[in-house]
Amino acid sequence: MQQNSLSNGNGAAVKPKSGAARYKAGVMKYAQMGYWDSGYQPRETDILALFRITPQEGVDPIEAAAAVAGESSTATWTVVWTDRLTACDRYRAKAYKVEPVPGSHDQYFAYIAYDLNLFEPGSIANVTASIIGNVFGFKPLKALRLEDMRFPTAYVKTFAGPATGIVVERERLDKFGRPLLGATVKPKLGLSGKNYGRVVYEALKGGLDFTKDDENINSQAFMHWRDRFLNCMEAVNRAQAATGEIKGHYLNVTAGTMEDMYERAQFAKDLGSVIVMIDLVIGYTAIQSMARWARKNDMILHLHRAGHSTYTRQKNHGISFRVICKWMRLAGVDHIHAGTVVGKLEGDPNSVQGFYNVLRENSNPMDLQRGIFFEQDWAGLPGVMPVASGGIHAGQMHQLLHYLGEDVVLQFGGGTIGHPMGIQAGAQANRVALEAMVLARNEDRDIWNEGPAILADAAKHCAPLKAALDTWGEITFNYTSTDTLDFVPTATPA
Amino acid sequence: MRLTQGAFSFLPDLTDAQISSQIEYCLKNGWAVSIEYTDDPHPRNTYWEMFGQPMFDIRDAAGIMAELQSCRKTFPQHYIKLNAFDSALGRESLRLSFIVGRPDKEPGFALERTEVGGRNVQYTTRSYAVERPEGERY
Amino acid sequence: MDTITNGQARRDDPSPQGGPAPQLDLDAVFRESNIGAVLDKLERELIGLEPVKSRIRDIAALLLVDKLRHSLGLSAGAPSLHMSFTGNPGTGKTTVALRMAEILHRLGYVRKGHLIAVTRDDLVGQYIGHTAPKTREVLKRAMGGVLFIDEAYYLYRPENERDYGQEAIEILLQVMENQREDLVVIFAGYKDRMDTFFRSNPGMSSRVAHHIDFPDYTPAELHSIAGLMLEQMQYQLDSEADTTLLEYIERRIKQPHFANARSVRNALDRARLRQASRLFERRGGLLSKEDLVTIKAADIRASRVFAAEKSAGQAENQ
Repeated sequence: MQQNSLSNGNGAAVKPKSGAARYKAGVMKYAQMGYWDSGYQPRETDILALFRITPQEGVDPIEAAAAVAGESSTATWTVVWTDRLTACDRYRAKAYKVEPVPGSHDQYFAYIAYDLNLFEPGSIANVTASIIGNVFGFKPLKALRLEDMRFPTAYVKTFAGPATGIVVERERLDKFGRPLLGATVKPKLGLSGKNYGRVVYEALKGGLDFTKDDENINSQAFMHWRDRFLNCMEAVNRAQAATGEIKGHYLNVTAGTMEDMYERAQFAKDLGSVIVMIDLVIGYTAIQSMARWARKNDMILHLHRAGHSTYTRQKNHGISFRVICKWMRLAGVDHIHAGTVVGKLEGDPNSVQGFYNVLRENSNPMDLQRGIFFEQDWAGLPGVMPVASGGIHAGQMHQLLHYLGEDVVLQFGGGTIGHPMGIQAGAQANRVALEAMVLARNEDRDIWNEGPAILADAAKHCAPLKAALDTWGEITFNYTSTDTLDFVPTATPA
Repeated sequence: MRLTQGAFSFLPDLTDAQISSQIEYCLKNGWAVSIEYTDDPHPRNTYWEMFGQPMFDIRDAAGIMAELQSCRKTFPQHYIKLNAFDSALGRESLRLSFIVGRPDKEPGFALERTEVGGRNVQYTTRSYAVERPEGERY
Repeated sequence: MDTITNGQARRDDPSPQGGPAPQLDLDAVFRESNIGAVLDKLERELIGLEPVKSRIRDIAALLLVDKLRHSLGLSAGAPSLHMSFTGNPGTGKTTVALRMAEILHRLGYVRKGHLIAVTRDDLVGQYIGHTAPKTREVLKRAMGGVLFIDEAYYLYRPENERDYGQEAIEILLQVMENQREDLVVIFAGYKDRMDTFFRSNPGMSSRVAHHIDFPDYTPAELHSIAGLMLEQMQYQLDSEADTTLLEYIERRIKQPHFANARSVRNALDRARLRQASRLFERRGGLLSKEDLVTIKAADIRASRVFAAEKSAGQAENQ
């Protein structure tokens, strides 16, 4: 192994073999098989991927990068003559740049380009089967993480994208100029349908825009799905008539089979729901099917990212959540949980802003500070509304607005339902805090510094907000993130 | 009831000075402000009446405030809202919308239920206001 | 006024009555408002016009002092800032109006400082019910800045008693009176006609506080203006052409339709045209940069102004 062949990532020392020598039966280095090409200029139509690789002791990083390129495209462990029946030079993925990760002694960033013809149009399943298919278990690597991807316009255009999108969602709900408010019904398991609907009614009437099923509420003994749907929609419609505003409850249609999911989604539609919900664990193809169904049925599609932390959280192995964001925007969901910065769940401010930018912007420039390695043009695909959920409360409103901006659903589950004066009061506190903060921001006030004073002022005409600030004002989750960025060390803010 | 459509309905009614600074915010962003009014604020009533066209090329809130006063004078017992349109690529929609005028009494809505097929219910929201003909509602 | 508390100017006692006599630093407020720069710019941009510049300086000083007085609670009432600029075409009225808007903005008398220039056609409609929305539309755009109404006397047509101009005047009057903080109106046009306009509309006249008359330029001033214009266009005159230009100006002034600086600009544009033809005639040889930037006496002398003894009437088109 050529341990020291890496010089600033140009890998000039490795020469691919050519002609008959290349196809001699036996085992050959991936780099020599043509999976490493330091001079390769990625085409505009290539799909690009950035991996963080941690080679085993003694494995040359360039060979490791070439192996990742090979295993995620055409290669197998040995030379096969049948390669010569194909345009294999074109089909081979090419590792074209390898760089040491700043501040690390054994990790490298490997840039790999894939030809567009390797992929089926409009299929996340096909993309993932290649890019993360076999390669993550590859023995010469200690660990492997997919950090980022760039999808060419030619491929982006094979997806329909979000069923509804941020702009149309706002037009349907007739809500503009402020973040939307939501809450997850708690306790997440055990409530009967009638009691569950009570929480929905109280929260929506009190001032929230949405309530939400939790990820594991499907159809259990204590509450079968039809009962939940009927009670929730009674609550939604009552709250809508009481306030004159469009309201919604994310009815979770996740089930064991597609047939069950379609049946549940159809029932939600028959009852007049504006939104249904699925979990990330149903799989990419199921998500794309539901996105297609949602587009066809004028439905907003909410995605809970259940399960993602199993592979997104560790910095050296798995998939960065920003890649999941890109896949989900292509797959066509309208909402996705993408972090809060200030709440109880993982996510430092820059990374989370990177996720939000990927979901919302028309195009993303390269932005290493926020973990975005490639320029990405979304080619007119609508934006996905990020959802901030988990351990946030009204006292953080200025921080949430500052970090997350306006196109976001802020979900205060505990912060609504756990309010000392009741659920309606909790919802009202959140809505008043939100509107007061948006008003102040638009008035050009410095909400980052004046936030607490703005909230205290708003609390003067809103007793529930005063109670909320008294109860949770000081609560923070101040732990350092595990998935930090390599280009700016940051800690979760208080 | 209090209709809570729009961005600031949970706050005490905005003063003219507050409305004016929200308009300044819109103008600073290059959005065109428009005024709409209705006597039927049903949540699915997308098209309120336009009080003139959206106002393009305005530099200062004073001009829009004058239009708003004139709308309030003409329709003292209607709902009035201000909208701000953003023509930027990828948005091309409203960026802010908030209520700046309400009738003294807000009658609200009835929820009508039609029972169909077993326990299913079909819901209709009906404005109490529309029980009387247009022009005689408030 | 926030400028006082933010700036170097300090007073010992915030209340107007009692305590030691307040000390105000006029100079600090002047520096802070940065109107010095605007006045300098006016000086550079506009040749001559001494009486106008001195009036502008007076007005600026008045506004500055009013601001200080206001900070002490002394008030002579919100100053009326509407103005009338009279003078022949091409005497710099629009340029001065632009600077005026800037000065008013820097002193906080208008919020945005933009200038909307309109004529009768922008304000007055063709049929019943058309005028009010048109005038309001213009006013809406002008809010926060300066509304410049050129040839304002066309708004008033006494020969037609049903003329819609009167409606526009009434709306303007209302806004000029009730929304002084929102808008400053400048009326502009020929002096004699403007005088008639104000005489026939006393309400308007009483609301216009500052009347500034823009005199015609002297031949020497127009000659310097031409120099400034040529510099901006990156041309030069050879010494014979320079004398010829002065001669041209002296003749042109005496002819009809003379429009001061505007006529000079037109003359230069035509000289450029003739210079280009002259160079084109000579093609075959090589041209130097010198050739490209130089206007010669012949380029000016070809003007019919020099034959004007015979055909004075068409001078403006030549």
